[in-house]
Amino acid sequence: MSNWSDIKTRELAALLSPSISDVESKSRAELGPRIIAFLCNWCSYAGADLAGSLHKDYPPNIRIIRVMCTGRVDSTLILQAFAQGADGVLISGCHLGECHYRTGNYKVDRTISLLRSMLAQMHINPDRLLLTWVSASEAVKFSRVVTQFTEDLTRFGPLNPR
Amino acid sequence: MYMENTTDPSDLLTEPRIGVYVCKCGENIGGVVNIDRIVTEASRLPAVIITRGYEHFCSDSGQNTIREDIEKMGLNRVVIAACSPRMHEPTFRRTLQSAGLNPFLLEIANIREQCSWVHAHNPEMATEKARDLVEMAVSKVKYAQPLETSFVKVERACMVIGGGIAGIQSALDIANAGIKVYLVEKSPSIGGKMARWGKVFPSMDCSQCNLTPKMSAVANHPDIELFANSEVVETDGSVGNFTVTIRKNPSYVTAKCTACGACTQKCPTRGISNEFNYGLDTRKAIYKPFAQAIPNKYSIDPQHCLYLTKGKCGSCKKVCAAGAIDYDMGPEFKTIRVGTIIVATGYETYNPDKIPRLGFGVYPNVITAPMFERMISPFGPSEGALYRPSDRKKPQSVAFLLCVGSRDETLHVSYCSRVCCMYSCKQARLAKEFDPAIDVSIFYMDMRCFGKGHEEFYQETQSLGVNFIRGKVAEIHQDLRTQNLSLRYEDTLLGQTMLAEFDLVVLAVGQKPNPDAEAVARVLNIPRGLDGFFLEAHPNLRPNDSPVEGIYLAGCCQSPKDISDSVAQASGAASHAMIPLVKGEVPTEPLVAIPDPSLCAGCRVCESICAYSAIEVKPGPHGRKVAFVNSTLCHGCGACASACPKQAIQAPGFTSLQLLSQISTYLKGANNV
Repeated sequence: MSNWSDIKTRELAALLSPSISDVESKSRAELGPRIIAFLCNWCSYAGADLAGSLHKDYPPNIRIIRVMCTGRVDSTLILQAFAQGADGVLISGCHLGECHYRTGNYKVDRTISLLRSMLAQMHINPDRLLLTWVSASEAVKFSRVVTQFTEDLTRFGPLNPR
Repeated sequence: MYMENTTDPSDLLTEPRIGVYVCKCGENIGGVVNIDRIVTEASRLPAVIITRGYEHFCSDSGQNTIREDIEKMGLNRVVIAACSPRMHEPTFRRTLQSAGLNPFLLEIANIREQCSWVHAHNPEMATEKARDLVEMAVSKVKYAQPLETSFVKVERACMVIGGGIAGIQSALDIANAGIKVYLVEKSPSIGGKMARWGKVFPSMDCSQCNLTPKMSAVANHPDIELFANSEVVETDGSVGNFTVTIRKNPSYVTAKCTACGACTQKCPTRGISNEFNYGLDTRKAIYKPFAQAIPNKYSIDPQHCLYLTKGKCGSCKKVCAAGAIDYDMGPEFKTIRVGTIIVATGYETYNPDKIPRLGFGVYPNVITAPMFERMISPFGPSEGALYRPSDRKKPQSVAFLLCVGSRDETLHVSYCSRVCCMYSCKQARLAKEFDPAIDVSIFYMDMRCFGKGHEEFYQETQSLGVNFIRGKVAEIHQDLRTQNLSLRYEDTLLGQTMLAEFDLVVLAVGQKPNPDAEAVARVLNIPRGLDGFFLEAHPNLRPNDSPVEGIYLAGCCQSPKDISDSVAQASGAASHAMIPLVKGEVPTEPLVAIPDPSLCAGCRVCESICAYSAIEVKPGPHGRKVAFVNSTLCHGCGACASACPKQAIQAPGFTSLQLLSQISTYLKGANNV
């Protein structure tokens, strides 16, 4: 990681407030896996919204971060998420060939392939990083993907980076 | 282009003063998430000046509260925890703007769609999650930058794709307002499916008599440019300024054609199934789809023309007095610029080949409703005479089978096609009108006659002596000798399995998306639902709009519809498509990549990764080569930001700092547990 992001991350750490809640007193096992998800604005975020409208329940472990395109998701964001204690990272965008920005999903596809092999070298199960395509109408698929991923991560147990 | 700036850029330097507003959305959020707890915990976050919970912040009084807080407490950042930003982000941006705050200093925590609606069975965890989402939004909004909305001039023209009744209605509405319309139709004539119907329900008017004046109005309108035989192959740009490439497929007949018809008489080909009459008769290789076709000219079917396939014949060229035949015609490409696009690509009827138990395509006397329509139409191949295809005799009994390719999970079609109940009632009446002695039965699951005047139409059909049998036909067998058809079905009102014989069976086939919808979706980059129909921006409030700004939906391409609904939606889409055109300018989201020349090393990675060629590396203020972004080309996807090894280029609203702060906020302390 570049100096720039190191500085910014340190700045961030300084800026971030101490914990304000009592959740931390709960054990990790009780809370289940912590999942960060990056969803593109046009397909998967809309698909997640539709899952909401249709009340297609899924486990509450996921925290969704909206990006305009999955092509925006870079390795720094994913590795920082793992380094800071995420048990899994989900990236979901438009189906290949349907990217709102032409080719963003192909770009993230390349990044993820590379990162998965890197994760293996770091003794992190590459299946903790999931890339999937969910369109704006695939609410049921979104719900299913999140449920399955949460179950997988629960089975893997908490991630303890070395 | 001019800029509108509501906030002093020095805002960036000032200490964040954040207001957090947690919306209950009635019971939608408040019924699951503990709003009081969210409010209490959020109020303890640093830089948060005020936190409030309320029933509906999107209401006038809710917005007024936010506005007053901004003004009285000097807030310079706002977080709204409510529904999806895809729902009310524009609303709250306007609230900020009206209070003198830059509209982009807003962050929305989606605690309805992403929280209360999907975790209703786990209120405790839903509250934890909502709290995290609010905290993440607060940490992100600290780094929000005021952005300037720019306005771009709009190209005062509209393109309508599809020349059926919906496309025709949209095109005429817009052109009648004095705005240029390009109407693109794939087949040789406009008119679509409506041109093929005999009569329409509930008025029992002649379909063509209603439609053809509109078609000729299109042909003669000074503001409509018609591209028949044409397809849209590429689009680029966004609302206000689309650049569209149209491919005009060769018809091998030039505009000199006077439609005299001498060529068809001389053409030696025969036996080509006539698609306009659903294969009930044949046509020649040079043909006009139907008598009232617009444009009123002939075209050559290159798959069957002897000259084009085998290089010999040329009869039509010899006989054409106008010299309109041009065998060397190739595809032409034309590029047009339009401000808005209306998609009206329509539907196709369900192909019952896929249901072998009904025997369509095997038993000649099993036909589809569109075939029946061509038979009974006075302009059809039999000039309105109803007959059995096997012996061309008048049928003594006719059965109509509803829900063929609708409401059938086994065929992967779960939706109701909405028109079949009514058109079958109409066809039953047409059969009775043709000869009252014909015994007519309709096999239905449920009669859905919900439109204006439709229930009355259904009751009148009943009173004419049409039998309504509640039951789905399981299978059809043909008597080899008479070619009559035996229908095995369960009459669910009697609770008995029955067998009945009919002379003619009509399958009320449902509506499916146009097979070209997939290609159109790709070219325009608009989404489709699981059923294959185009997705609307909002099912209740924006059924005429696609989710992509500047692209609108009309007619059956969005969902199955009858003619009156198609026309209503087409006029609605036309009025929406005219809004930017009449206004003359559209705001553009200022989410354009911003390079930092002091960090940029000029490596050109961003330049090569940009899908829009919006980045150019050239000498900067100090002579060193750095990246420059062309803001009119940039779409704001952020691919450059993720590719830059020095993070020297950032997508506003989604900067590394903002995204990392969201991650860190959620995960803080995670490693210590």
